[in-house]
Amino acid sequence: MTTPPPRGRPPAIPRLARAAAALVAVVCLAHVLWSGLAHRPVALAFGALVALGELTRRADAEAREAAPLGAAGALAYALLGEVAGHAAPHGVAQTVAVVLAASLAGSVPYTARGSGPVLDHLARRVLTVAFAAVCFQPLAAQGTFRDWSGPAHALLLIALLALTTLCDAVLAAATAHARTGWPFGPLLREELRGMVGITSAVCATGVVMALAVGVAGLWALPVFCVPLLLAQLSYRRYAAVRATYRQTIASLARATEIAGYTPAGHAHRVAELSGAVGRDLGLSGAEQSVLEYAALMHDIGQLSLVDPVPAGATASLPVPEQRRIALLGGAVVRQTGVDPAVAVVVERQADPCRDQPPAARIVRVVNAYEEKARDAGPGGGLAALEELRLAPADDYAPDVVEALARVLSRGSLTGPAAG
Amino acid sequence: MDAVPARARAYVGGIALLALVALLCPRPPAEVRTSWWAVLLLAGLYAGSELVARSRFVGTCYPVLLAGAFLLPPPAAALVALPGALLAPVTRRPAGLRRIWRAAWLTLAVWAAARVHWRLGGRDAVAGADLPGALVPAGAAVLAFCLVLAVLDAGIRTLTGTSPRVALGRPGLLTRSLGPVAVHGLAGLMMAVLWLSPYGPVAALLVLLPMCVAWWAFAQYHRERAAHQATIRALVQAVDIKDGYTRGHSERVGRATMMIARELGMDDERVETLRFAGILHDVGKLGVPTRLLRKEGALTPEERRVIELHPEYGHEMVRGIRFLGEARAAVLHHHERLDGSGYPYGLVGDRIPESARVVAVADAFDAMTSTRSYRRARPVAAALAELQRCAGRQFDPRMVGALVRALARHGWHPSVTADSHPVPPPATPLPGRRRGESARDGSGRRAV
Repeated sequence: MTTPPPRGRPPAIPRLARAAAALVAVVCLAHVLWSGLAHRPVALAFGALVALGELTRRADAEAREAAPLGAAGALAYALLGEVAGHAAPHGVAQTVAVVLAASLAGSVPYTARGSGPVLDHLARRVLTVAFAAVCFQPLAAQGTFRDWSGPAHALLLIALLALTTLCDAVLAAATAHARTGWPFGPLLREELRGMVGITSAVCATGVVMALAVGVAGLWALPVFCVPLLLAQLSYRRYAAVRATYRQTIASLARATEIAGYTPAGHAHRVAELSGAVGRDLGLSGAEQSVLEYAALMHDIGQLSLVDPVPAGATASLPVPEQRRIALLGGAVVRQTGVDPAVAVVVERQADPCRDQPPAARIVRVVNAYEEKARDAGPGGGLAALEELRLAPADDYAPDVVEALARVLSRGSLTGPAAG
Repeated sequence: MDAVPARARAYVGGIALLALVALLCPRPPAEVRTSWWAVLLLAGLYAGSELVARSRFVGTCYPVLLAGAFLLPPPAAALVALPGALLAPVTRRPAGLRRIWRAAWLTLAVWAAARVHWRLGGRDAVAGADLPGALVPAGAAVLAFCLVLAVLDAGIRTLTGTSPRVALGRPGLLTRSLGPVAVHGLAGLMMAVLWLSPYGPVAALLVLLPMCVAWWAFAQYHRERAAHQATIRALVQAVDIKDGYTRGHSERVGRATMMIARELGMDDERVETLRFAGILHDVGKLGVPTRLLRKEGALTPEERRVIELHPEYGHEMVRGIRFLGEARAAVLHHHERLDGSGYPYGLVGDRIPESARVVAVADAFDAMTSTRSYRRARPVAAALAELQRCAGRQFDPRMVGALVRALARHGWHPSVTADSHPVPPPATPLPGRRRGESARDGSGRRAV
């Protein structure tokens, strides 16, 4: 999977994952229908928990934090070996069947509202839970863990869940890679970094629930939901304020367009294209968001000019003038309370490329491309790329130009629209 | 706080003495051997988390303290709080006194919680993992914890005579802290149950992980929100830079808008939205050429038309910011007049959004009461009289009435919110500088 698949054909990995999940689900459901449910109250309680967790799902949340309670409940059920001190293994098939049924039931209002597709989410949930259950349930039924008493058992569960989330991350990164064509390494790194946050809370809650139900019975479930719900609430508020912040930055960026300094939509297009180039070059999440903000505000220094630059085309100005505008922009950005790294990128967007931080190189190249390709009509993009390649070596970083070429040839973005 | 009143010092001393007595005197019942390992581990955990926790919101590490209260005999539980409270950084002087106060305050609260829990037989319920049963003593202990915190805190606040924010202790009002502490209490109970289970402290520590994630997200939320507010302020400052003589105008209009909205009995969320409407109402001036905004002398009709585009520019800028809600309509329509002679759309009466009618009054009021390069500021009373004269024709009488009432009650203190770098008022207002104004200049027309 080193080359992205051509457009038009559905990518293979997501299809494979869905098919595997469907196969697992059908086999498990058939098995449970054939042999019946063991330990019904336990199954019912965990099913209710998972369904409840799914009900709190939100469409606007990122996939990782969409339904933490449901995920934690499902993992806890997969790792459940005993209830209130008595052995109660329920097998892989029942684990998957209960989780699947509960997730489906919990997703009904979500799909009824038309909030979005749930199929991929369900496939991922089924595969994750099946993996954890396959690792744990057969061995628990055989009594292999009897020697692993006390703290060792807790550590074993932690290790198991770490392995499970690792596989989950690889699967998610592979799916994203197949779908978007972005390089696999950074995607995996991004997934793993995301695990530090809410995913670790989900896993810890899963382990704690499994252990606590083993000690104290089913009453532990509602009590042990509380910290995770708190974490979920905090995350949602954080996500909401981040979204608001992004909107505000975008409107600050539009100020130059409304003031007539730059053409409409320029900042937005540069931000979008810079984001794609950054991903292609393997920038991490934090660097990506610095890049996005800097790209949105890269022209803000022009607000301090008394007379607008013709068509806002800074790339064709003499270099000292470009630097002066960049410094003015950095000064404005510093006042906005954004991460100081953003101001640095804005400030240094006109410096020679070997002195620039990576994000500033990207902004410089993409801005120049956007300005040159904007009015050139069809075929203008290629001419602009050629111009960037032939420019003096210090102006545009060659690796960034090549990444831009790859992004453009992939065609995942529409070309710059005129005006 | 350099000069702490003597009675407050005495109070802190008394509380500290009480805490010492709680720590030392009542020996634990002989049949329970205190697990010193647990005390050491919990105390170390609490001290470590206190040192790490930067942001100071309610109950940074209460789950550890409450787990101690549920696990250990009262004096040992109280001991858990001691090192963390003594070691954690204190930012304000007098540091020593503050450390002693915080340690005594927390020690006593934990001791009380542990005592209540012990008396109600919580220890056996925890050891037996009797889950619904263990909730009752734990709940009572949480209540005692909050009560002691709140009572001691109220005491020090009365004695130092400081407002809640400057008081020695953290804000510990019973009602405000009960909810969060109850959640922390549940986490502490879970820790205690798992601690005594065969799985031991390893499993108990896992309970803290979701709490840590929640705190982290909460801290991020606050950081991001502060950054967002700074960005909004930067938008306003950008306008002020362009249009030098209206310095502080946006902030003051925001304040006046808020006063009107409160007076009209709007709920807090709407008041906040309207404050943003007031602050951002002129943001569209960013789109007007600086030359025009700073022009001295009369404006040509052409130039006037360009300046009058600023509400539409502003709306174009802020329409993507979802949280502004009806404030966006206020930005677009704040120059509409009730009789339909305003701009940009010439809306009449109720067709003008309510938020815009509020901002229009606040805008005109501040324009009249602040000094501009072409005229002196008017007194508040004269400005209100002018507003009332134009009510019904230009302004909504309801909003004008609300402003009059609000000012009668709270007064007008523009210096509180004005820019921190006030521009010196121009030495001599030049009569020739009225920029092509109609006779009704003061009624807000100039408040572009």
